[in-house]
Amino acid sequence: MNWDWGAVRDFMPHFWDGLLVTLQALALGSVISFALGLVWALLMRAPTRWVRWPVGVLTEFIRNTPLLVQLFFLFYVLPEWNITFSALTTGVVAIGLHYSTYTMQVYRAGIEGVPAGQWEAATALNLPLRRTWTAVILPQAIRRVVPALGNYVISMLKDTPMLMAITVLEMLGEARLYSQEHFQFTEPLTVIGVAFILISYPASLLLRALERRLVR
Amino acid sequence: MSADTPLDTSATPADTAPGEKADHTANPPVDGGELIRFDKVTKRFGDNTVLDGLDFRVDSGKHVTLIGPSGSGKTTILRLLMTLAKPDEGTITVAGERLHPAPEKQIREVRKKIGMVFQQFNLFPNMKVLRNITEAPVTVLGLSGDEAEARARELLEMVGLADKCDAYPSQLSGGQQQRVAIARALAMRPQVLLLDEVTSALDPELVTGVLDVLRDIAHTTDITMLCVTHEMNFARDISDQVLMFDSGHVIESGSPDRIFTDPEHERTREFLSAIL
Ligand SMILES: Nc1ncnc2c1ncn2[C@@H]1O[C@H](COP(=O)(O)OP(=O)(O)OP(=O)(O)O)[C@@H](O)[C@H]1O
Ligand SMILES: [Mg+2]
Repeated sequence: MNWDWGAVRDFMPHFWDGLLVTLQALALGSVISFALGLVWALLMRAPTRWVRWPVGVLTEFIRNTPLLVQLFFLFYVLPEWNITFSALTTGVVAIGLHYSTYTMQVYRAGIEGVPAGQWEAATALNLPLRRTWTAVILPQAIRRVVPALGNYVISMLKDTPMLMAITVLEMLGEARLYSQEHFQFTEPLTVIGVAFILISYPASLLLRALERRLVR
Repeated sequence: MSADTPLDTSATPADTAPGEKADHTANPPVDGGELIRFDKVTKRFGDNTVLDGLDFRVDSGKHVTLIGPSGSGKTTILRLLMTLAKPDEGTITVAGERLHPAPEKQIREVRKKIGMVFQQFNLFPNMKVLRNITEAPVTVLGLSGDEAEARARELLEMVGLADKCDAYPSQLSGGQQQRVAIARALAMRPQVLLLDEVTSALDPELVTGVLDVLRDIAHTTDITMLCVTHEMNFARDISDQVLMFDSGHVIESGSPDRIFTDPEHERTREFLSAIL
């Protein structure tokens, strides 16, 4: 087996395109999953079970079916109902939705971890419920959940290659395309493998540092 | 909007001299009348009846200390008053207005008259000391940021922590945190201050500082105090009345001198000899 630096050089322009798409999907997927997960977590605390029950069933369903199935569903089935998005948009929504069902559990634990005394002090000071959430409970809960959310960002990064299945050309998609056209598999796959490590390993180190700072 | 609430008596025009800015947070004049009243209040946890038809009243401006063995219901009484728990039966009235049973809107109004300091301080760890104190006056009473801050600095001065405005609670000792918590409660200008074993989580050398602050408040303001404590010297210094609880009933009440030196009830004698 011969390593061909020429192939690496040829692949690089495609690599940068793929990297950009991967990072876009990751960033948008993270934002969606962070926001939606918080919404789910708060809805699960609604006073009426007519809210809790449907949200519980929906999120349980999404969490327990494979992301790939959800990707195919959104990509191939929604257009039949005349709902069409670009492949990347569909992929970002699917990833964000899927991961929101994990982040909601992280938020729930974070919210439940705020001591009862904080709620009691807020009541004793007569703070309105909304203000108690925004000024007292959520700031403390979110501080606790940052490391766990970060871990999901890293998993999400490693799930982005699934977008290839719905024609999105992220890093793996670019590598496969290049390989099939040039019959050179080693170089492009190695390049993206290294890229994944170069992103996720420093990110996990950063997270561990953050964790030490935040969780005391 | 507020015309239909019979609650907002504290800011009637009669209280406000012409041209004078209405101070909607000032304590109304103390008339020495009844401020807190429990009528036949029953509280159960499962089949554990903690308070059983408790009748109990506190006059305005008085400092009342609750003593009694562990589990006798002292904390429960303060928590009912602070609306952290609901009674199963009976009524609770504060300054002539129902606290229970009452609609949420009325509860919010009546709750403004009550402040509480907790055993575990319960400061907001995500806020600096100053903001811990200004948060509620701004969001609940509608004070401007400057007014609230001026009030907070005054109170911090009083509790001897003027230099700690910009510290986070985690950077303070337990005693300092508790003094901030006292300032935070007072910033709402409540008529009643509830104190539940506020020094029992503190290292012994920090207790005096907190008790001195409370003595100062008791002697220089006309705030009504309801206090659960095992610090008998402190109770003797500040109390007008001591109530001895056992199994959710007041079994004996009187001046601190009498209760501590010449208790009538056998249970009181036993309790005092156990803790002194
Ligand atoms: N949230 C709760 N759930 C169940 N039981 C409770 C709860 N809070 C209090 N109790 C029970 O109510 C009784 C009275 O408790 P309370 O805390 O009022 O006593 P206390 O007089 O303050 O005692 P201590 O001196 O130990 O603080 C106890 O038997 C306690 O176990
Ligand atoms: Mg207690």
